[in-house]
Amino acid sequence: MSPQMIDRLWQAGLDTLVMVGASAGIAVLAGLPLALFLVTSGPGGIFPAPRANRVVGMLVNGFRAVPFIVLLVALIPFTRLVTGTTIGVWAAIVPLSVSATPFFARIAEVSLRDVDAGLIEAAQSIGCRRRHILAHVLLPEALPGIIGGLTITIVSMIGASAMAGAVGAGGLGDVAIRYGYQRFDTTVMMAVIAILIALVCVVQFAGDTAVRRLRTR
Amino acid sequence: MAGLAFDGIREPGGWVATGAAEARPVSVVRAATGSRAAGTVRFETVGKTYLSAAGAVRALDAIDLAIPAGTIFGIIGRSGAGKSSLLRTVNRLEEPTSGRVLVDGEPIGALDTAGLVTLRRRIGMIFQHFNLLSAKTVRQNVALPLAVAGVPKAEIGPRVDEVLRLVGLEDKAEAYPSRLSGGQKQRVGIARALVSRPEILLCDEATSALDPETTLSILSLLRDINRRLGITIVLITHEMSVIREICSDVVVLEQGRIAETGPVWRVFGSPEHPATRALLEPLTRDLPEDLAARLQPNPVPGGATVLRITCSGEAPDLSALTAAAGAPVRLLQAGIDRIQGRAVGRMLVAVAGADPDAENRLRALGTDIERIGHVAADD
Ligand SMILES: Nc1ncnc2c1ncn2[C@@H]1O[C@H](COP(=O)(O)OP(=O)(O)O)[C@@H](O)[C@H]1O
Ligand SMILES: [Mg+2]
Repeated sequence: MSPQMIDRLWQAGLDTLVMVGASAGIAVLAGLPLALFLVTSGPGGIFPAPRANRVVGMLVNGFRAVPFIVLLVALIPFTRLVTGTTIGVWAAIVPLSVSATPFFARIAEVSLRDVDAGLIEAAQSIGCRRRHILAHVLLPEALPGIIGGLTITIVSMIGASAMAGAVGAGGLGDVAIRYGYQRFDTTVMMAVIAILIALVCVVQFAGDTAVRRLRTR
Repeated sequence: MAGLAFDGIREPGGWVATGAAEARPVSVVRAATGSRAAGTVRFETVGKTYLSAAGAVRALDAIDLAIPAGTIFGIIGRSGAGKSSLLRTVNRLEEPTSGRVLVDGEPIGALDTAGLVTLRRRIGMIFQHFNLLSAKTVRQNVALPLAVAGVPKAEIGPRVDEVLRLVGLEDKAEAYPSRLSGGQKQRVGIARALVSRPEILLCDEATSALDPETTLSILSLLRDINRRLGITIVLITHEMSVIREICSDVVVLEQGRIAETGPVWRVFGSPEHPATRALLEPLTRDLPEDLAARLQPNPVPGGATVLRITCSGEAPDLSALTAAAGAPVRLLQAGIDRIQGRAVGRMLVAVAGADPDAENRLRALGTDIERIGHVAADD
């Protein structure tokens, strides 16, 4: 491999990290409140709002139903509105976040729902207000599951970011298509695959370690 | 203003008496103005109906009950009788669908969110499955009621140490709950319930997940807390031995209604309601089968009369019994227990002959006797 190619791969790897990192950040910031809303606004929840709960639930399902590649294209006008462009790393972050947020929200929702109702009752019995229940019961007790869910989300986002590369987002997927596929450069293709595998392994290992630490205290 | 005197304003900005106070029965006023007003609970025609997909379930039906301050009050009944529903109306984890609950004479149904939070800080609760937060250490679990109440950190530390010492867990402060045994977890639960110095402690099957030995140690801790701190304890259990061990009064629930209530020695000594009898069945030795098989409804020539003598308070005077019987008396079976310092239980005796006067003389002694049949001589 030429030094330029190594340079190109390095740059593409960084682009992928930025795309995935920023989108994961947005997915957590938007998805966690969404998950909390879905859990607490349902019937019998601590902030009951059944109608809003149904509407938000349906919206989340809607976004979850659209395949990422379709979302990528369908969101182009929105992406242009937000970032002023439709190509490059920052433009890819929009569809990636939009796709990852409901995905992560549903996974976090499952963990939050798993928190024993008895713990919420115990908190109420000692005079916790609802915000205390969020801060002291729901989030800390669901944290291992949420971290595990975030790991899954990031791993699937690494795959999606490669897909976004195919439509001009840059990153490892872009290099793989342009050099590996269109110019039949098998070495580049293999290198991209190796980097992607390494990335996924690192993320999975970090996530698993964090979850294990939290669970075994 | 008469009402204010006993409702008491516990703290500035706390709750105050309502106009309804004037309408309260005299007995309540007297109970509340006693030496220790804090810690009374009163249920007034409390009803609770759950609406579920399967239809309406009437869990509580017109419950009228007063729990005096400083008592250890037991709630028993079969599964589904409404015990938890009743207990949970005291801190409004459950809202009654009719009637009202008064704590220290104050109807709690009208409290707003802030009032409810204040009320709950005066009422501790412990649970069958402990319900400790797994992400927090013992110290953080116990400190939580104070932390969310905005108590300054400098005060929380010493207070948490104090209650951990009270429950005997000072060396476990930094451990996570997953590292503790069941009994230790329940002690943390008790410490968390006591840390804000409540007047009332609610226990829902608090020992049901524990082995007998640990149960005894938790019960003696509860009794200790009741004596030393004067806290009213209301506890649900399905173990009659728990009631006998520490309760002063008991209420028996059956299908959402009060079957019977009173001091434990009386309810256990002479249970009147079939529901109570059914619950006590394992404790009260019934007629031995061999005897039951030979029992006959009519006197047997040369035989004996079998009497059941029930003791609920007085220890039976055996020589007085034989003297009154005026005939040889054989003790067939007996189980006398002491509850709250009173003799409680029953004896089966065979009195030779079939003299109705002997029974009358025994009754004249004030003993509770019941003829259950006759047997032939060699029995
Ligand atoms: N949240 C609920 N929704 C519907 N029914 C309930 C609910 N909680 C309790 N019940 C019903 O109310 C009755 C009394 O329940 P509970 O108070 O838990 O009884 P206990 O504690 O004596 O076993 C039972 O028939 C139970 O099925
Ligand atoms: Mg129950």
